Amino acid sequence: MSQRIPEDLQKKGLRRRANADVDKLTAHRGMATWGETLVPLGDFRQAVRKSGKELTSAERLVAVKDYLEASSDDTLIEGPFSKIIVFGGVYSNSFALHALLDEAQSRRPDAVYCLGDLGGFGPNPETIWPLLTESAVRSIQGNYEESLAGGRDDCNCGYADPRDNHFAEISYSYTARNCSSEFKRWMGGLPKRRRVRVGQRELLFIHGSPRRINEFLFFSSTSVPFLETLLDQERCDGILCTHTGLHWHRRLPSGRDVINVGVIGRPANDGRTEVWYSVLNDEGDRLSVEFLPLAYDYQSLASAMRREGLPDVFVETITSGWWTTCLEILPARERAASRF
Amino acid sequence: MDHVTPSDYPSAELRSLDTLWFQVGGTVCNLACSHCFISCSPTNHTHEFMTLKQVETHLEDAVALGVKDYYFTGGEPFLNPEMEDILAATLRVGPATVLTNGLLLDSERCQRLGALAGSTEYSLDLRISIDGYSAEANDPIRGEGTFERILTGATRAAAAGLNPVMTVTEVHRDNVTSEGRQRFFETLRDRGIERPRLKILPVFQIGAETERSGAYESWQQLAKDDVPEDRWDHLQCSTSRMATDQGVWVCPILVNEPQGRMGQRLADTLDSFPLSHQACWTCHVHGVSCRT
Ligand code: SF4
Ligand code: SF4
Repeated sequence: MSQRIPEDLQKKGLRRRANADVDKLTAHRGMATWGETLVPLGDFRQAVRKSGKELTSAERLVAVKDYLEASSDDTLIEGPFSKIIVFGGVYSNSFALHALLDEAQSRRPDAVYCLGDLGGFGPNPETIWPLLTESAVRSIQGNYEESLAGGRDDCNCGYADPRDNHFAEISYSYTARNCSSEFKRWMGGLPKRRRVRVGQRELLFIHGSPRRINEFLFFSSTSVPFLETLLDQERCDGILCTHTGLHWHRRLPSGRDVINVGVIGRPANDGRTEVWYSVLNDEGDRLSVEFLPLAYDYQSLASAMRREGLPDVFVETITSGWWTTCLEILPARERAASRF
Repeated sequence: MDHVTPSDYPSAELRSLDTLWFQVGGTVCNLACSHCFISCSPTNHTHEFMTLKQVETHLEDAVALGVKDYYFTGGEPFLNPEMEDILAATLRVGPATVLTNGLLLDSERCQRLGALAGSTEYSLDLRISIDGYSAEANDPIRGEGTFERILTGATRAAAAGLNPVMTVTEVHRDNVTSEGRQRFFETLRDRGIERPRLKILPVFQIGAETERSGAYESWQQLAKDDVPEDRWDHLQCSTSRMATDQGVWVCPILVNEPQGRMGQRLADTLDSFPLSHQACWTCHVHGVSCRT
């Protein structure tokens, strides 16, 4: 980038390549690195001072306001309801889905919602399709559905670790092979967001985050100011998401709620074989949010997974309640609470 | 190329300010690694330590803008005498990740950091850099005896409940095999780190560095119509900014370019940025991601 350094300075400057021919420990006495060239520190500082903008405080307020501008969303509003059940991440676990629908029968909610990621991890993906449609579960698309429907060759889960990606590939190619094109087409027709009224509150349902279908919103790595801003921009009283596999609820200082409903496809890395779902109740001035453990026939799931030749490490998670994969994506706090 | 104006380049919009970086240790480091992309060393004062007060001003701005997380780098962040106060202030408003070389993680500091991590609901993540899975691979790059000292720091951090992420650059191709990785995991377990966390930085970053040691070819620059499918979402400049002692820069990669400075306060830097630097080409083609 030497072309950016003023000409007189170029002459004064000392050309410095990576793996320098000058002694690294003393090279910088009185000098600064400009790109890959050493120039006198004073000259660098002066160029820095001249670069960029310095707005007045009034202009700054305007800039921030423009940046935070609310997005428009013409998604139809469903409801109002007084009680709903919401779950995420089925991961082809038809056994847990069965158990959940039984629960729904006895709890009698006004509606049942699924926040996506229907496939992956578990066996025989097609088995959950009739369960969802016959029980009129209102679903949205996760990254899994988006990938399958779009014919992508990966699940776009957003892992960064090679081992996690290796196992993600196994489950994705298994799922893609075992889903009919009709099922995939149906997935592709699911909406990516829903707006649902519970009592007076308008809640936004998405898979990962309102900005990205595969964004991980973990409790400990998502700041409160960030969530408040999202809610302002989306003009809603609450956001419900999944994708991470771990459930949590934050009531924000503004009184609004952000709820990660967790998944019913596999345990929540807590050493229990049960999976988790959520029940929302309108209580007038407040929204009650309850996470409930769901026991199901995990032994049968484990046998079916073995029969289908799915990786042993997946089966181990189902029978022990501890994650054996996807660990590298966890922030420090969530990782500290895990077994592996 | 002096006649070229910013409008000749594509420009990256700030889609959302998710991550705020702090060049909290300046360019001052107790090591002088051969591959350091901003040439940090004990005598490099291109950027100085940031003060707690400077950081607090940016934190206040960041809260108003809804920043999601905070990253700290240098140089070596723990050389900064106010570093622990800076972390405490940050963890009141969001999660923090510190990129460190691990040499200054003595037991007392680890205890204090462990207590700090226990007192907040946000994550405090330490990322300790290492160049390979053995002293033979690491020491020629980081310095004699550093492999051992890095592992000692990591072990102390883990003992204090701060399970660090070891970020390993796979400099030597044979380390890419999972065998080297398995051995490294065992080394860490032998030292009492029960659940080793590993992030592997791919070789191409080093490759890109070697490439950079020669002059850029003229085609190694982005042109106005080079707009990828995701626009520029894969670039750090679409979701982050970098604060240093001298103001706010567009991204962590361009801190050694005066033109990378966009303004004094975050509110001055919300515009899009012309991708006119050759580093932008490297960044776009090879991908540079520094997240945990
Ligand atoms: S420890 Fe990090 S900042 Fe310091 S010289 Fe090495 S690479 Fe650069
Ligand atoms: S170096 Fe990369 S992140 Fe920085 S402005 Fe250029 S393209 Fe964006």
